[in-house]
Amino acid sequence: MAAGVATWLPFARAAAVGWLPLAKKTMPKPPVDNSSRSDEILYLNVSGVRFQTWKNTLDRYPDTLLGSSEKEFFFNEDTEEYFFDRDHEMFRHILNFYRTGKLHYPRHECIQAFDEELAFYGIVPEIIGDCCMEEYRDRKKENQERLAEDTEANESIDAPLPPDSTPRERLWRAFENPHTSTMALVFYYVTGFFIAVSVIANVVETVPCRPPEGRVKDLPCGEKYQLAFFCMDTACVLIFTFEYLMRLFAAPSRCKFMRSVMSVIDVVAIMPYYIGLVMPENEDVSGAFVTLRVFRVFRIFKFSRHSQGLRILGYTLKSCASELGFLLFSLTMAIIIFATVMFYAEKGTKSSDFTSIPASFWYTIVTMTTLGYGDMVPNTIAGKIFGSICSLSGVLVIALPVPVIVSNFSRIYHQNQRADKRRAQQKVRLARIRMAKKGTTNAFLQYKEDRGDSTALCVKNRSAFEHQHHHLLHCLEKTTNHEFTDEMTYSELCMTESVGFRTSRSTSLSSQQGAQNNPTGCCPRRARRRAAMRLANSTASVSRGSVQELDTLHIKTTSIPPQTRSSLNAQAGNLKLNCGEQDFTAAIISIPTPPANTPDESLPPSPAPIPGILRNTRATAFTHETVKISSL
Amino acid sequence: MSVRWETEGLQTVGIVCLVIMFLKLMHLLGLIDITETDSSDSDLELSTVRHQPEGLDQLQAQTKFTRKELQSLYRGFKNECPSGLVDEETFKSIYSQFFPQGDATTYAHFLFNAFDMDRNGSIRFEDFVIGLSVLLRGSVTEKLNWAFNLYDINKDGYITKEEMLAIMKSIYDMMGRYTYPCVRDEAPSEHVDKFFQKMDRNRDGVVTIEEFIETCQKDENIMNSMQLFENVI
Repeated sequence: MAAGVATWLPFARAAAVGWLPLAKKTMPKPPVDNSSRSDEILYLNVSGVRFQTWKNTLDRYPDTLLGSSEKEFFFNEDTEEYFFDRDHEMFRHILNFYRTGKLHYPRHECIQAFDEELAFYGIVPEIIGDCCMEEYRDRKKENQERLAEDTEANESIDAPLPPDSTPRERLWRAFENPHTSTMALVFYYVTGFFIAVSVIANVVETVPCRPPEGRVKDLPCGEKYQLAFFCMDTACVLIFTFEYLMRLFAAPSRCKFMRSVMSVIDVVAIMPYYIGLVMPENEDVSGAFVTLRVFRVFRIFKFSRHSQGLRILGYTLKSCASELGFLLFSLTMAIIIFATVMFYAEKGTKSSDFTSIPASFWYTIVTMTTLGYGDMVPNTIAGKIFGSICSLSGVLVIALPVPVIVSNFSRIYHQNQRADKRRAQQKVRLARIRMAKKGTTNAFLQYKEDRGDSTALCVKNRSAFEHQHHHLLHCLEKTTNHEFTDEMTYSELCMTESVGFRTSRSTSLSSQQGAQNNPTGCCPRRARRRAAMRLANSTASVSRGSVQELDTLHIKTTSIPPQTRSSLNAQAGNLKLNCGEQDFTAAIISIPTPPANTPDESLPPSPAPIPGILRNTRATAFTHETVKISSL
Repeated sequence: MSVRWETEGLQTVGIVCLVIMFLKLMHLLGLIDITETDSSDSDLELSTVRHQPEGLDQLQAQTKFTRKELQSLYRGFKNECPSGLVDEETFKSIYSQFFPQGDATTYAHFLFNAFDMDRNGSIRFEDFVIGLSVLLRGSVTEKLNWAFNLYDINKDGYITKEEMLAIMKSIYDMMGRYTYPCVRDEAPSEHVDKFFQKMDRNRDGVVTIEEFIETCQKDENIMNSMQLFENVI
């Protein structure tokens, strides 16, 4: 309910006295209100800036943080005020909402920051007043689009192929992203070349060449070198047909592919040739055949697969469809009106060009678009007057939608440029962040070495935070009886021992070092442990997890590897390295099965969500886990 | 011949068009002024009428509220109506928000008239607070007086059956459609008949203020319920 309603409620209740004499039944008891009657001023301290307001003001919205008892959590008894460690500038707007009942969106603030503040104070963004709602929604949509673009870009384009994709999928991917493999790139350039050749051949074959002996008239080159052009055309069409069939075969959804614009263009580009082959040398039909040859020029649109700019242009035109439609409609109306008027104005003069209204259409169009060929001119005074009005209005009608189209194009083009720039910057950013992460891991390893030395001299100047963090990692090591190591040591071991891992289908592990499924597990346990750390470490460093994942620390459970209890007590040398069903994602510490072997074997081997306590004192019977580090 | 007339006619039309466009252009540029009435000043009329209430001391004398209560009331009132006046439309919309299922506008109209003592079409803060004082802190007689004033639509001192029916209908309208049991169409008039049976002593078809107060004072239920809303503020 709106703020005002809360204020008027006492009044409405008082007015209910008017119903009392008419009441059929006895009135219910009023609710007992134990809160203090008198209004008091509350002090709100938001990061140092003190706000004061009446308690009633805040009570208007009891489902928000400030209006409910939730704010008691922030009450500071020493200073007798409510302290919030948030942005005080945004708090101004929040407090104004309580005072006036309308929430305004400050235009200079970041939309995400504002949303977070609203979420903190328990205010739904839908209450934003009409004055600011549009701006808020636009900014929010823009932001979401940007985020969607980023995640989409991260996933789709650069995502590596899953290793066991069919050749069909690989082919499709090669077609969609030519720069993923050299073969695809070569094919891409070859088709581009042939498109260009085909288009140039179409153009050149109409140029007049010197006539052969015995003819006087100039001949178009197409007829002089008919065979040569025919061969070139055949070659191009063969390439295009082959490409189209390959695409059709590789497409994940054939129906959808056949309906897409590019495939239609492909078909239209190669059809005339085949129809020409089939067509007999009939005089009547060859007229239609000539028309078909015009469609060969559509091959130039095949370039849009190769050129980003063409795609943008096409997309712009599509998005400006309504403005273009308006332009056409208004032009048509104006043309019809003026053509009619001109026709009747010029009807009197003999030998006038304006023979009919449709004939006047030509004059009107030429005049309105300010072309003015001069093949039709009015002769009467009325005709000249209306003709001049026509040309003046033409300028206006055409000039109106053009800026809209231009601004649309500019927006889309810049958006595209921004997307490319952002992608490039993202890569740099991620690389830097990975380096920082590696730094933290290295610090931990250094700490362990120093500890091993057990000399106080080695204690460097580390912060309390670092100490605690390292202690935590150390605890984890002790818990799982594995150790963190660094990349190089691991890769050495991996080369020599050929660790058998089978990586999962996670997209973020792009470069698993040649892991194959090797169920017999050839590494001795010690080395394998090291190797696990190595893999984890290297994974962490080459993973392309998005930035958001760096902050989260999940501990996931996975399916229990199919091992009986007896196998859990396997000998030391014969551990199955079974990481099969595990899902990794970067920045996750996943301990699929906790080593839950107790001496009395009473506990089931089911994994608890937190890989916790290492009960097992026996060093032998571990199910091997891989631990990946997310360096915090 | 006709063709010549056509072209001549069109020529005239063309010239007339040109002249009109020229005149409009001049008017647009402000060089000539072809409008008859001068409409520019009408936009300057003040859209808001402001009202300041009487002083706090006078209000304290007139009502039974304490100083703090008056301050609190005024703050709320001023927040909702910065101009200091509540007009009928605003009043109706505010009151309707409390009864979303039904239509409270008719009853709000009667209520508005009951509060607007000087009948000038808007409720000032004094009216508001005096009315509230009667309803919340007044004696039983004062409250009954107020209720009588509410029912007596034309303020002539008598409640007729028609007036009561209007009031009753407006109250039942506030219930809305979805009630249990369903509100029948005869319900308001039946209720009115019962009311008149109880109140109209001398069976003259109208209820006077004395009959009303007398009957209410004899009715225990009504007297008990009068205490209900005392601690609303």
